[in-house]
Amino acid sequence: MAETALRFVLGGEVRTLADVDPNMTVLNYLRTVERRTGTMEGCAEGDCGACTVVLGELDGSRIRYRAVNACILFLPVLDGKQLITVEDLKAPDGSLHPVQQAMVDSHGSQCGFCTPGIVMSLFAFHKSSAKPDRALIDDMLAGNLCRCTGYRPIVDAAMAANGATPDRRSVKLLRSIRRDRPLALTGNGRRYFAPTTAADLARLRAAYPDAVMLAGGTDVGLWVTKQQRDLNTLIYVGDVADLKKVRMGDGRIEIGAAVTYTDAMTAVAKHYPDFGELIRRLGSVQIRNAGTIGGNIANASPIGDSMPALIALGATVVLRKNGKRRELPLDDFFLDYRRTALALGEFIEAVHLPLPEPARRFHAWKLSKRFDQDISAVCGAYSLDLGGGRVRDIRICYGGMAATPKRAARCEETLRGRRWSYDTVEAGVAALSEDYAPLSDMRASGHYRTLAAQNLLRKFWLRTTGQVGAGDVATWGR
Amino acid sequence: MAGSVHRSLVHDSAQKHVSGEAVYVDDIPEPSGLLFAAFGISDRPHARIRKLDLAPVRDAPGVVSVLTAADVRGSNNIGPVVPDEPIFADGLVEYAGQSMFAVAAETIEQARRAARLAVIEYEDLEPVLTIADAMARKSFVLPPHAMRRGDAARALSKAPNRLQGRIEIGGQDHFYLEGQVSLAVPQEDGDMLVHCSTQHPSEVQHLVAAALGRPDNAVTVEVRRMGGGFGGKETQAALFAAIAALLADRTGRPVKARVDRDDDMIMTGKRHDFVTDYDVGFDNDGRIEGIAFTLAARCGMSADLSGAICDRAMFHSDNCYYLENATITSHRCKTNTVSNTAFRGFGGPQGMVGIEQAIDEIARYLGKDPLDVRRTNFYGTTDRNVTPYHMTVEDNIVAEIVDALEQSSDYRARRRAVDAFNATSPVLKKGLALTPVKFGISFTTTHLNQAGALIHVYKDGSVHLNHGGTEMGQGLFVKVAQIVADVFGIDVDRVKITATSTGKVPNTSATAASSGTDINGAAAQIAAREIRNRLARFVAEKHGVAAKAVRFESNHLYAGTRKLKFADVVGEAYLARISLSAAGYFRTPDIHYDRKTARGRPFRYFAYGAAVSEVIVDTLTGENKLIRADILHDAGKSINPAIDIGQVEGGFVQGMGWLTMEEVCWDDAGRLTTHAPSTYKIPVSSDVPADLRVTLLESGRNREDVVHRSKAVGEPPLMLAISVFLALKDAIASIGHNQISPRLDAPATPERVLLAVEDLRTRLKRGEGAMAAAE
Repeated sequence: MAETALRFVLGGEVRTLADVDPNMTVLNYLRTVERRTGTMEGCAEGDCGACTVVLGELDGSRIRYRAVNACILFLPVLDGKQLITVEDLKAPDGSLHPVQQAMVDSHGSQCGFCTPGIVMSLFAFHKSSAKPDRALIDDMLAGNLCRCTGYRPIVDAAMAANGATPDRRSVKLLRSIRRDRPLALTGNGRRYFAPTTAADLARLRAAYPDAVMLAGGTDVGLWVTKQQRDLNTLIYVGDVADLKKVRMGDGRIEIGAAVTYTDAMTAVAKHYPDFGELIRRLGSVQIRNAGTIGGNIANASPIGDSMPALIALGATVVLRKNGKRRELPLDDFFLDYRRTALALGEFIEAVHLPLPEPARRFHAWKLSKRFDQDISAVCGAYSLDLGGGRVRDIRICYGGMAATPKRAARCEETLRGRRWSYDTVEAGVAALSEDYAPLSDMRASGHYRTLAAQNLLRKFWLRTTGQVGAGDVATWGR
Repeated sequence: MAGSVHRSLVHDSAQKHVSGEAVYVDDIPEPSGLLFAAFGISDRPHARIRKLDLAPVRDAPGVVSVLTAADVRGSNNIGPVVPDEPIFADGLVEYAGQSMFAVAAETIEQARRAARLAVIEYEDLEPVLTIADAMARKSFVLPPHAMRRGDAARALSKAPNRLQGRIEIGGQDHFYLEGQVSLAVPQEDGDMLVHCSTQHPSEVQHLVAAALGRPDNAVTVEVRRMGGGFGGKETQAALFAAIAALLADRTGRPVKARVDRDDDMIMTGKRHDFVTDYDVGFDNDGRIEGIAFTLAARCGMSADLSGAICDRAMFHSDNCYYLENATITSHRCKTNTVSNTAFRGFGGPQGMVGIEQAIDEIARYLGKDPLDVRRTNFYGTTDRNVTPYHMTVEDNIVAEIVDALEQSSDYRARRRAVDAFNATSPVLKKGLALTPVKFGISFTTTHLNQAGALIHVYKDGSVHLNHGGTEMGQGLFVKVAQIVADVFGIDVDRVKITATSTGKVPNTSATAASSGTDINGAAAQIAAREIRNRLARFVAEKHGVAAKAVRFESNHLYAGTRKLKFADVVGEAYLARISLSAAGYFRTPDIHYDRKTARGRPFRYFAYGAAVSEVIVDTLTGENKLIRADILHDAGKSINPAIDIGQVEGGFVQGMGWLTMEEVCWDDAGRLTTHAPSTYKIPVSSDVPADLRVTLLESGRNREDVVHRSKAVGEPPLMLAISVFLALKDAIASIGHNQISPRLDAPATPERVLLAVEDLRTRLKRGEGAMAAAE
């Protein structure tokens, strides 16, 4: 039997809601139902952070806190979690929380509209007990736009506040609403399922082939807030324990489809630092705390930032329909613009990423107007196997250059077997024009994309041959 | 002593900001029966509306009312200066995003869904989409205007050296975090109360009243605070206020018009993009002998404030430099795009980029450090001190500021370090630039330089403060409260800051032109002094001392040997029937301007500053980053140094965004393609260098009698960011050993930087650098 009511912790109490519209966002719930108007709407697309709230989840006997964007988070996703908003931070005696006080003391607010969101990001950071340094703080704030201050006083506030204390009462409350059974909600004529096992998920997927699969909602959320679409059946994968695991083994990293970017990043960065940095820059903390690699693959955007790296590294996807599984190289998964090899009723279960081989060199770079929390104009990933100064194998994949993330087949062919030299690279550069004819849009012109793709290949060569050091503008000074 | 001026008090709302308790318009508890508005907008840039079938909109669930131009009883106009901008397009649309109708429904979702259901047929007309199109077709919203001093043509023809060039300067979206929002609540007698996020309550009041066909006194506009303004809520709030009021008037129910971010960016004006041509003649030291500027600005489909904005661009085409022979011509281009509007700097930044670019080109042509050429051209203090609009610069401190900054930033040593880095780094290149700012303070439309305030002292000695200025985050309210507390000698927390209301202080000017504290602070000071004088006379009479000898300090009055509590004196004064309320009125003295002859003294004074920026560029990708900035800024004798530093840093970073990453893009059909933060990128924390050294000029003191000798600080620091742009140019120039000047337009996105690098390499291959070296 499934649970039919949504339960979460808010303001020191358990909220139990039976009739919930699965398309209602946490932000709208807070502002209109709870009348907690401290959480702001700045963009309703998860980009500005004014709506940042913190979710608390049990992790053994502790609570793990993560900042997320309430504007694109559907209410039922709160099930089993603690929701913390800016209204919860003051002490019972009315004194400000240390992060709030630090913001006041450092003159960290001007118009104040972004401030509650910033305070919540600081709160989550504070709870993580991370030792503050500028790079960490910049990363923590990348999803919080402030148009007034220029950020310096906010950075100062982040440096100043420290000393989190455990919240035992919330641990108790969270334990009281822990759920092993699936959740099946209905409200406003819409359905929401949150299975807890992969088998259950497979059954639901087969039973409701038209359902929208919901992971972090960092894309699906916008279908509601920006396109006013009705998502009448949602299947949430975020409670499926099997899909949330990262396993090491058999020469590869197995990343469950519902693993968040945050968790994937830790595993990936250890083996592929550039890929880790790519994931870091792919989205803000709030986005990485919600979004998943599985979701990034499934939505098949031509500019999904993890794709070029995954494809260059030879990743595969495990697809499942009912009890049947198949494994596909990721390159074969993308058929055309936003079209994939997923069959009706099939879902992505995991991504398998090969572990590095000693002879392989890997680099990946993304180019965008802004370094953090921007969508790439061009993203290039390069995996080179060099033997005796010759190219034994090379895999090159670009995002932003075609309707799908796409291998540079002609270029690879040109390079394979040749000496890894300037002339070879220039031949490869020339071949790129046979591989791609990129479009112009608001992110970049086709001309720039072409030039930059060529230059990134040159940069890869310069880097692998030691002609330039590891300095990148994006990470300069870190 | 608490409550005095020249102290770094925190923003009056800081505690409420961090706790989420500060109330913005959308946070006001919703009145019962509230309806929500949504907008039907054009997706064509220029077309006749052949058919506008709204039946499906009216029939949609939850819809209560749908309005079009035909339903506007009063004036269908929100044009603030020229009545050329309709609330609802009437048969003709002139930009993609123009409002054609509005819906009120029971929920915001219902309203937004319904607004999509209209069946519209257009007859497309040829659109004018670019400045070049507009110039070719002489499509203008207002006639061209020129300023002249000396004989530029003659000086140019005689000059030993002459350069001509063009720079394109992009626009900028305000991206205030709080989008446009108005809540209209019908009152008795058909009156209307409008809670509106606006910098200009009086204008919103007037335009709403005109739209309703009622006198101004039927409408009250109130604004406690905005979630950012930056000029974007000066005129742009009126459309949404008018729509909310019209719908409320029609339905008899309160209506909230809160604009979705995408609609906000599509429907509201931005900073004007400019195409600036210059023709400059100079001697071998780089001293400018003659210069001609042609500034073409994209105004969009209506005049809005473009007249004054383009004028201000002209007023700042000199920046800190003496232009003995100058002609500045301005074209106000009409395009089928959203009507551009006020944005921090109000045209000044675009004007300033033009002259800074010209100086940079001169320096590269002569092989000099641009700082030396700047210094050669600085205004003098006793001669060489008349602007192209014939105003004598009397308060010039640019040399003092630049000298100090050159020292403190270690400019010369860092120039050598940058050169050394570039010599050994094949891909990454560094650049350095120092640029100054001189910004004219006053509305150039002279009659706007007036302000009012209203102060009540209650029987318990607490003070109620109200004035015509609005709070958008800039700290105006705390500064004015400090000024008032200083007059009464009381703690600033005894002064209650209250929402701006057209019912309390009438006929106000916009909170704009950096003038907020100068004029509202002065008006409040006058009102407070009036009450203080009454109290002083009362105490003086009672205790037999001279009124002038009564001091107000530390929450007390000192009369002879007596020390009286402020609150007690107030209570006694009430019993003695002394009025404890006063209105203050201020108008800026000593300014005048004759636009016909382009001569006068439009500014009461100038604010100055300077910045040094150091950047790094990847010449393979165009990626770039500011790695250090040193700023020295003149806020006069600052009323609140912490607030002023906040303005300097925030303005600088906003200016950096404008010139480096913020790109406003349209597609070929004239539709904005950057209408959300996913596509329009403003700076984030990592774009701001860890090494940011911001100082206020310690010796700063306004030579004019502005409140407490302070200086306006809202806009001037934005232009300090021109140093970032020119540092990028400097980095690119290093590829050609600084012998060829890169061709770089703004914003310097990675794409523009890479294309400038490629262009420079091509020119090098053609031997351009060698020729320059040989000359």
